[in-house]
Amino acid sequence: MSTITDATTPAPAAFPGLTPLPPATGRAGIGGALRSEWTKIRSVKSTVWTLSAAVVISVGIGALASWGQSSHTTESAARLATEDLTARTMSGIFLGQLVMVVFGALAVTSEYSTGMIRTSLSAQPRRLQMFLAKLVVVALVAFVVGEIISFASFFIGAHFWSAKGIHLSLSAPHEALQAVIGGGLYLAGAALLAFGIGAALRHTAGTITLGVFLLFVATVIVNFMPQSWQADIDKYLPANAGSQVWSTQHTADVGTAFGAWAGFGVYMVYAVIALIAGLWVFQRKDA
Amino acid sequence: MIEAVGLTKRYGEKLAVNDLSFTVKPGQVTGFLGPNGAGKSTTMRMILGLDAPTSGSVTVGGRPFRRIAYPLREVGALLDAKAVHGGRSAYNHLLCLAQTNNLPKRRVEEVLGLVGLTAVAKKRSKGFSLGMGQRLGIAAALLGDPKVLMFDEPVNGLDPEGILWIRNLMKALAAEGRTVFVSSHLMSEMENTADHLIVIGRGRLVADCTVQEFIDNNSELSIRVRTPEPAKLSGLLADKGAIVRNDGEEGELLVTKFGMSDIGDLAFDNQVRIHELSPIQASLEQAFMELTKDSVEYHAAVPAGKAASA
Repeated sequence: MSTITDATTPAPAAFPGLTPLPPATGRAGIGGALRSEWTKIRSVKSTVWTLSAAVVISVGIGALASWGQSSHTTESAARLATEDLTARTMSGIFLGQLVMVVFGALAVTSEYSTGMIRTSLSAQPRRLQMFLAKLVVVALVAFVVGEIISFASFFIGAHFWSAKGIHLSLSAPHEALQAVIGGGLYLAGAALLAFGIGAALRHTAGTITLGVFLLFVATVIVNFMPQSWQADIDKYLPANAGSQVWSTQHTADVGTAFGAWAGFGVYMVYAVIALIAGLWVFQRKDA
Repeated sequence: MIEAVGLTKRYGEKLAVNDLSFTVKPGQVTGFLGPNGAGKSTTMRMILGLDAPTSGSVTVGGRPFRRIAYPLREVGALLDAKAVHGGRSAYNHLLCLAQTNNLPKRRVEEVLGLVGLTAVAKKRSKGFSLGMGQRLGIAAALLGDPKVLMFDEPVNGLDPEGILWIRNLMKALAAEGRTVFVSSHLMSEMENTADHLIVIGRGRLVADCTVQEFIDNNSELSIRVRTPEPAKLSGLLADKGAIVRNDGEEGELLVTKFGMSDIGDLAFDNQVRIHELSPIQASLEQAFMELTKDSVEYHAAVPAGKAASA
């Protein structure tokens, strides 16, 4: 410590092991924010657990449903051909979407429940940048996992049906590929809806409750309403509108349901509203 | 350099920070003092843009924090050591912060080594002790080799070794010409660390001066008198306008607003025996208590239940 007055060496003794940083140009931008959010999401166990649970639950239930129906059905092949067996292979999505809600919610609410948000914003105070980076990472991860779920469910289901002599493939019926890709899109949409709600509420339990209500409970409640009401409300419910994109048949529902992409559009409107509300709160409210 | 101008923050009815203006200069440790609830943390949060001021503004290096090109290179802050995701390892915690500012990965390893956490770098921070958590927070603050460092109550709950480490760290950072701004409600800690003081009470600036000026301006010299006849002497002193307290030992008086020689002369003239006559240098603690008495009294007057939630 006696050499600390030596002006020629600017106090390296106090900070051993630190080498000078490279000079910086420009400003901290979206690239760094994206890398940071990717590090955040891959480095906590809750991500691994929720996404594994989503895959196991969705694919497992889908497989169980396909096996059960294919091995026990008494319907003729001709009758079965009129049904949406493609969508049925992916019926695990009904529960898998709820796990995706948990994933999307935790991605943002865990920052608040742990207090990490204050540390994050002290490193990158430009909130729009952080919000967008987090949104992109959550959307991509949810999309990839969603596609894994939908494709795995479809191929496992097709395997069970082929034993029954019914051949499901991605090219027949012609909407099959759309439906299977749509399954992953739908699951990503559930995560985004929860992400938006999470940013607006900043509370894990509240976010999951509202997400599950919108995607699940609301559908159940409407089923108990008078028929004439159902006809008006039913197709606008997020789960009903969104599920059109992972279905192959719409002729039976003409007039009572949206088409595949129109339905998905309605579904995404819910997510976008939640995201706009979330961004507004994220930008305006003290962290 | 941190510059606050008319900084004000209102939470509903409560004015947490009230028209606060100050400058924190580089090359020295500036202590930010005030009793609990005085608005220290709120002020620091506004410096970092976590909370938006109701009115007024604050800049770091001449810019609002949100407009700084590389925030971590300008300001390193440790506001709350517990503000981390406990499920993330120390290494990944620092990495995700470094990445936002395009800092190289090797810097993460270097700061971990500096604070002595290399051995637990891959461990989840949930299991860290208070001292380890504090070291992780310091490592994060040092990531960007910042010109300005802010610490909110950094020694709270630390053992003597940890306190000494942080104290030396702050002094070393200031000696390198950095701006070091550290809050505390512990006067004694500031007395040992700070060169300059900014004192607030109830959200208002009450002093902005060097430590010595603070003591000189805000405390009076008091004199300890020991006498076998305390009642007689305190009566005589009171008649002369001195303030006398006898809350110490039997036969011991604490006298203020009256010189030491005057006390001796008065005793001699009235034939009161004196066994001790000694000056007591006021500590920073006492000066601070004196100065912020109003705000402390204000808190004490609040019913216990409300005070706890405030």
